Amino acid sequence: MAINPEYAGRTFEPSEPYEVSRVKIAEFATAIGDASPLCRDRAAAQAAGYPDVIAPPTFAIVVLAGGNARLMADPGLGVNYAMVVHGEQSFTHSRPLHAGDVVTAQATIESIKQIRSMTTMATVTEIRTTAGEHVCTARSTLVERGA
Amino acid sequence: MASPGYHDLQEGAEIAPRQYQVTRRDLVRYAGASGDFNVIHWNERIATSVGLPDVIAHGMLTMALAGRFLTEWAGDPGAVTEFGVRFSAPVVVPDDDKGAQVEVAGVVTGKLDGNRVTVDLTARSGDAKVLTRAHAVVRLPAVPAQGDDPLEPP
Repeated sequence: MAINPEYAGRTFEPSEPYEVSRVKIAEFATAIGDASPLCRDRAAAQAAGYPDVIAPPTFAIVVLAGGNARLMADPGLGVNYAMVVHGEQSFTHSRPLHAGDVVTAQATIESIKQIRSMTTMATVTEIRTTAGEHVCTARSTLVERGA
Repeated sequence: MASPGYHDLQEGAEIAPRQYQVTRRDLVRYAGASGDFNVIHWNERIATSVGLPDVIAHGMLTMALAGRFLTEWAGDPGAVTEFGVRFSAPVVVPDDDKGAQVEVAGVVTGKLDGNRVTVDLTARSGDAKVLTRAHAVVRLPAVPAQGDDPLEPP
């Protein structure tokens, strides 16, 4: 089963609010080997002008993954997860995510294209605070390889 | 690596390459931290059954290492305002203590207002270019940061 092209253009409901925590930022920074004190030490982050510890730029994928879980699990979309590889990813940040942010992710499927035995699905996801402040726009292309 | 200053930085300036090691342990840790438990990143049996050479790294981990390359250069994890990549080849991570090596390098391609620069990156693992079309916008201090950089490896 390939990805259902009828889902192109669909905008999903915003995700449940995700609360960015210091612990998660530190865990993520450790997992990518980022030793910056700005990801761990509130005083250091504040000295650098941030309200609290900040997340590395690709941390937005954590928010995205949670928000897109519903999308990816939609049986009508028909994604075969084991055959999926990540094709492209971009992030445009208005500002870094920081501890204490409460954000939602709202995804739109921009296109679903069949290229030979592969299907590509491009999505754009807006990450905003629950107060409506834009934090990040993320664009993803997933590639489902043919069986 | 001392943070560069925007004012003295020239278009075309190269950012010294850095090597990153990626082991199976790193993939498990990244899976937990990111919530991406796709089996192709930890289960060799399933990875090979779907036509991959072995377990492969999360593309997002490779991207994160390239992001680290930029934020450590800038001296601020919040310095990267725009960042996009294409995952052109997988980072294949064998089940040994060495894992895979990823080498990231960069060049400053332009200067923008607000002390920002555009950077093009390359990332290789073995003979493969693992990221292509890797571009970023990075905000730098106006002048070089002073003092010892705690991120400098020993």
